[in-house]
Amino acid sequence: MNTNVHQSNSLRLLVGDTMVNIAVLVKQVPDSNSKIQITGDRVDLSSVKMDISPYDEFAVENALQHKDSSGGTVTAITLGGSGADKVLKGVKALGVDNIVRLDYDGFMDSNGLQSVLASEISSGGYDVVYCGKSAADTGAGSTGPGIAERLGWCSVSNIIDIKFENGLTVTSPAEGGNAIISVNLPAVVSCDKGATKVRKSNVKGIMMAKKAQVEVKSVSPPAASVTIVSQVMPPAKPAGKKFEGAASAETVAQLLRDEANII
Amino acid sequence: MSDTIVIAELSKGKISAITNELVTAANQLGSNCTLVVPCNDSAIANDASSISGVSKIIAAKSGVFSNYDAASWAEALDAVSPSGIIVTSASTQSKDLAARLAARRTISVVQDVVEISNDGTVLTSPVYSGKALQSVKLSSDAVVSVRANVFSPADNSGSSEVQVIDTSGNVTTALKEMVQRASERLDVSEANIIISGGRGMGNPGNFSHLEEIADKLGAAVGASRAAVDTWDEIPHSMQVGQTGKTVNPNLYIAVGISGAIQHLAGMRSSKYIVAINKDADAPIFQHADYGIVATWEEALPILSSSLSNLLG
Ligand SMILES: Cc1cc2nc3c(=O)[nH]c(=O)nc-3n(C[C@H](O)[C@H](O)[C@H](O)COP(=O)(O)OP(=O)(O)OC[C@H]3O[C@@H](n4cnc5c(N)ncnc54)[C@H](O)[C@@H]3O)c2cc1C
Ligand SMILES: Nc1ncnc2c1ncn2[C@@H]1O[C@H](COP(=O)(O)O)[C@@H](O)[C@H]1O
Repeated sequence: MNTNVHQSNSLRLLVGDTMVNIAVLVKQVPDSNSKIQITGDRVDLSSVKMDISPYDEFAVENALQHKDSSGGTVTAITLGGSGADKVLKGVKALGVDNIVRLDYDGFMDSNGLQSVLASEISSGGYDVVYCGKSAADTGAGSTGPGIAERLGWCSVSNIIDIKFENGLTVTSPAEGGNAIISVNLPAVVSCDKGATKVRKSNVKGIMMAKKAQVEVKSVSPPAASVTIVSQVMPPAKPAGKKFEGAASAETVAQLLRDEANII
Repeated sequence: MSDTIVIAELSKGKISAITNELVTAANQLGSNCTLVVPCNDSAIANDASSISGVSKIIAAKSGVFSNYDAASWAEALDAVSPSGIIVTSASTQSKDLAARLAARRTISVVQDVVEISNDGTVLTSPVYSGKALQSVKLSSDAVVSVRANVFSPADNSGSSEVQVIDTSGNVTTALKEMVQRASERLDVSEANIIISGGRGMGNPGNFSHLEEIADKLGAAVGASRAAVDTWDEIPHSMQVGQTGKTVNPNLYIAVGISGAIQHLAGMRSSKYIVAINKDADAPIFQHADYGIVATWEEALPILSSSLSNLLG
């Protein structure tokens, strides 16, 4: 599978096509202000406002900047139920060309999710995939590197800056500082916030997005090897000690040593 | 019971103490733990030979380990690791590696584990930015990343032989330059103690009061998003929270931070939380082990001198 992908990319280069075929992964998650409720032993999202996962906004911005700089097309892909169309329309309004939803409602383990997304990316003939550093619901950060491995591509994660001169150059935090890394395409790039300012949609974009069609595709993931047993609220922390007045800072310092054993 | 593999966590080219915690987690998940040490110089693996609960140590020696490149690290580590459940730390880099390793073996990855059932079959991780805990069951091998400061470290009374295996991987990205951090101070994602300032600090210059205490404690200095967004001098790399860093230190001191839900998302799992805020009703106090209702202008000098006395 991997060799096929590489071949199709080099073929496109041979015919002199320098336009970049860009994909960006976006996911619908609960709005960051929302309260999470549990019904039975599962998170109940029925009355929660949903929104695009925060880091995916930076992924979309980087994808659009890549297109601005090299020419090409940007396709936004989500895997989710029909509710996720709203997120796709939202990024369409920002200037994404195509919007695709892999129709699946419910939990997929990382192996299933990545294999479904990787096969969609492989058949779409993309050169580069942008995604968020982690989704606000899973907090995992697994999808970008996982897809890259399945495709045999390179990956860079948690990037805070990107430049498009002479290929792709990204900045990503590393031990002791920041690593500036040059990336060969095809690649998967997972995006952190950094200095990137994201663009806002305008009225024309929103009108266009309203009329746009979501391309819906069905998927068949492999059998799951990870199943959810339960979702519960985190145990309430025992009430802490609250002191009035600055002088209590001395007491707190004592407690940090004698009770918490930290200092 | 599955065999287990622990990928040693490195810090500044040495095996970091978290590795002992990973061994404990691995022995809860399965048996016959192999510790794999990514290295250029296999001598560093000798530091791990006394960790108890390890049946074998493999020093995976390769030039690819001089800089982090996800693809080549996964390739090299996969080549030397037996099959089984792989355990890594949940540091930013190791989570990335965990995902690639899992994908390489077409198995699943479970990130940020904070609890493992006694029989080793149920793994619990925070989800929805820590607003809920999710428990999952594995029906085949997986890669599991484990949060720091959760599992008690394995002791150092063991003795294992180190086997050196040369391995290779195809480096797919090129490191152009490492830009060192301007300050010698730790990054929040590397620190065991963090003191963070919010908008209540009034102006960015006042962060020097936090730095003074950080220097005493060997702590990192963090910030709320309001501080990062308001003041150019406070870089995003300091931001803790939903769109900043998720941290899990032993001690988190929040100064002039209200405790918005998105800030909590990044630090609520800290072992101990201290809050200094002049507003007795600030939400941060609901999460603080020790709360001080006072202005920082009054409280920090007293905290600072008390710490000096205690630390001698
Ligand atoms: C999608 C999204 C993502 C977000 N991500 C993050 C994130 O990653 N991290 C984050 O932090 N926020 C994030 N936020 C913002 C968050 O909602 C809050 O706005 C922010 O955390 C507030 O920062 P603050 O507590 O410093 O400021 P404020 O809410 O303004 O609070 C300042 C506090 O300082 C206290 N104070 C004032 N003066 C003093 C004094 N002299 N002494 C002591 N105390 C004093 C006040 O009582 C008050 O409690 C996000 C928001 C959204 C919508
Ligand atoms: N169901 C999904 N549909 C589309 N993109 C996804 C999906 N799940 C994860 N992603 C992408 O992968 C990133 C990391 O997700 P995660 O690995 O779950 O933390 C997200 O920010 C998205 O960009």
